[in-house]
Amino acid sequence: MNLFNIPHNELLQHLLNGLTLGAIYSLIALGYTMVYGILKFINFAHGEILMLGAYAGYYVYYLICDPSQGGSFVILAFILSLLTAMVISASLGIFIERVAYRPLRKAPRLAPLLSAIGVSIILMNLAALFFGTKSRKFDYPFDNSTIQLDGTSITPNQIMILVVGLIMMTALKLFIDKSRLGKAMRATSQNQPVAALMGINVNFIISLTFAIGSALAAVAGIMMSLEFKLYPTMGQMAGLKAFIAAVVGGIGNISGAMLGGILLGLLETFGVVILGIPQGLKDTIAFSVLIIILLVKPSGLLIKNIREKV
Amino acid sequence: MLNFILLIFIYIGIYAISALGLNLIVGYTGLLSLCQAAFLGIGAYSTAVLMTAFHFGFWEAMFISGIIAALCGMLIGIPTLRLKGDYLAIATLGFGEIVRNIIVNWDSVTKGPMGINGIPGPNFFGFRFSSMDKVSWVILIWVIVGISYYYVRRIVRSRVGRALEAIREDEIAASAMGINTAKYKIGAFTTGAFLAGIAGSLFASYNQSVAPLTFDFMMSIMILCMVVLGGLGNNYATVAGAIIIVITSEIPRLFGISHIIPPQLNQVIFGLILVLMMIYRPQGIIGRVKLNYAKILKKEILHLEK
Repeated sequence: MNLFNIPHNELLQHLLNGLTLGAIYSLIALGYTMVYGILKFINFAHGEILMLGAYAGYYVYYLICDPSQGGSFVILAFILSLLTAMVISASLGIFIERVAYRPLRKAPRLAPLLSAIGVSIILMNLAALFFGTKSRKFDYPFDNSTIQLDGTSITPNQIMILVVGLIMMTALKLFIDKSRLGKAMRATSQNQPVAALMGINVNFIISLTFAIGSALAAVAGIMMSLEFKLYPTMGQMAGLKAFIAAVVGGIGNISGAMLGGILLGLLETFGVVILGIPQGLKDTIAFSVLIIILLVKPSGLLIKNIREKV
Repeated sequence: MLNFILLIFIYIGIYAISALGLNLIVGYTGLLSLCQAAFLGIGAYSTAVLMTAFHFGFWEAMFISGIIAALCGMLIGIPTLRLKGDYLAIATLGFGEIVRNIIVNWDSVTKGPMGINGIPGPNFFGFRFSSMDKVSWVILIWVIVGISYYYVRRIVRSRVGRALEAIREDEIAASAMGINTAKYKIGAFTTGAFLAGIAGSLFASYNQSVAPLTFDFMMSIMILCMVVLGGLGNNYATVAGAIIIVITSEIPRLFGISHIIPPQLNQVIFGLILVLMMIYRPQGIIGRVKLNYAKILKKEILHLEK
C-alpha cells in the first residue's frame, strides 16, 4: 500500500505523531464537553486551568527532586507531582465555578461566556506576572531516547502520553456510564430541575464536573509541557483546539470529545505532510475544520441533528 | 504631556469607531463576535498595501479598506445564519485567528511578521496630515467618529434597528413577525466590519506602519470590553466605554510609571472588568436606553393635531 506516495514507515510515523497530539487534545476536550453538557456554556478558562496545572506540576516536581539525577525516585516524584497538579487544578476549577459562573447561572447566555473570557484573561496574565513569560522545559523523568521500530521512531514520552490518555479516558467513560455519581451527572445534564427533585445535589455534581475536567486538563498540561514547552499562554491555543475537537465530536458527548481530539490531531499532522500546508498555517487547519463542521453538521459527528422547536 | 493627551484622544477615536461597529453586532443584534480586531487588521493592511504598493490616496484607500473589511464581515456573517451564542463566538474567534495567520504568512503582500512601514498620511485639499501634527489628526478622527455615530444612530433608530433588536430579543418570534433574520444578521456583521475597517485604515495611516501582532485576540477583547462596560446596545455608552478603557490602559504611561507596572496588569484589569460587570451590572455602567413609545406617540398625535 503506498498512499499519497509516502513510504510506509513514514506514514506510520506521522500516524503516531498525530495520535499523540490527538490524545492530548482529547484529554482537554473532555473538560469542555462535560461542562458544556451540564451548564450549556463554554468554559473559556479551561485552557488556563491546564496551564496552571502544568505550572503546579512543574514546581512540585522541581521542589521534590533534581530530575538530572534520574532513577526511580524521580519517577516517583513525577507521579506525585502529577497527582498534586490534578488536585490543585481541580480545586481551581471548583473555585472558578463558585466565584465567576455560579452567580450567572440564571443570567442570559452571553453573560457566563463573557465572564469566562474574563477569567481566562485574568489567569493568563497573572501567570505571566508571577512565572515570567519565558518558556521553560520540563525535564523527562525517564530516559527519553528514541526507540527504533522498523524504521519508525517512537519516544518513551509518546508511549506514556498514549497510555495515560487511554487509561484516563477509559476510566472516565466507565465512571460516567457505570457509577452512581456518573448516573447523577448524566441526569443533571439532561434535566437539572428534575434531577434536583430526584434528590441529586446539583451544585455538588456541577462542582464534581469541574473538578474532573480540570484534573484531566492538568494531566494534559503536564503531557504538553513534557512534549513541547511550558509558558503562560500555552493554554490558549491548546484550549481553543481542544474546544474545536469537542465541537467536531459533538459537544456534550464524552465519546465524541475523544474521537474529535484524535481526528483533529491526525488532521493537523497529515494536513502538513500530505496537503503540504505550510507549518506556519498549521493552526488554520483546526479553525477551518471548525467552521466547516459548524456549517455542515453543527451538532457534531456523534450527535443527531435536532431541530429547534419553539 | 499635551502631545500625550492628544495621542490618547486619537486612540479613543479609533477604538470608538470600531466599538460602535461591534455594538451594532453584539449590542443590538445579540451576536457575540470576537473578531473585531481581525476586521481592524484587514482594514489597516488593505490601506497599507493600497497606499504603499499601489500609491492610492488615503481617502480612496480608506473607502476601499472599509469595503474589503465589510466583504470579510459578510463572509463571516454567512455562517452566523446557522450558529448562535457560544458556537458563533468560537467561529468568529477562529476567523480572527485565521486572518492573523494569513497576515503573518502571506509574505509577498503583507511582508509577514515585519509589517509594512512608511504609510503616508492623508492629503486634504493640499493640507498634509503628518503624525507630528496631532491636533489635525484628532480633528479628523473625531469628525469620523461623529459621522459613524450618526450613521449607527440612524440605523438603530430606523426600521432596521428595530428588526435587529427584535432578533436579539427572540429570533424565532422575530422571524415569525416577518423579519428576514438572515438578511439583517449579515447586514449587522457587514456594517460592523465596515466601521472596523475604517478604524483600521485610520490606525495604519496615523501610525505609518502596521504589524500583525497588533491585531490579536486581546484587541478584540479590549473592544468588547468597551461595549460591555458602557452598556450593550447603547451608542454613547459605547463611546464612553472606549474613553474609560483607553484611559485606564494608558494611566501607567500617563503618570510615567509604566516601567514599574507591567503591561499584564492592564489585561488583568480588563478581565476583572468583564467578570465583575457580568456579575454585578450586566447592563453596563450606563445601560440601555429604552425608547419611550408613549412619549413618541403623544408627540406624533400632537403633531397631527396641529
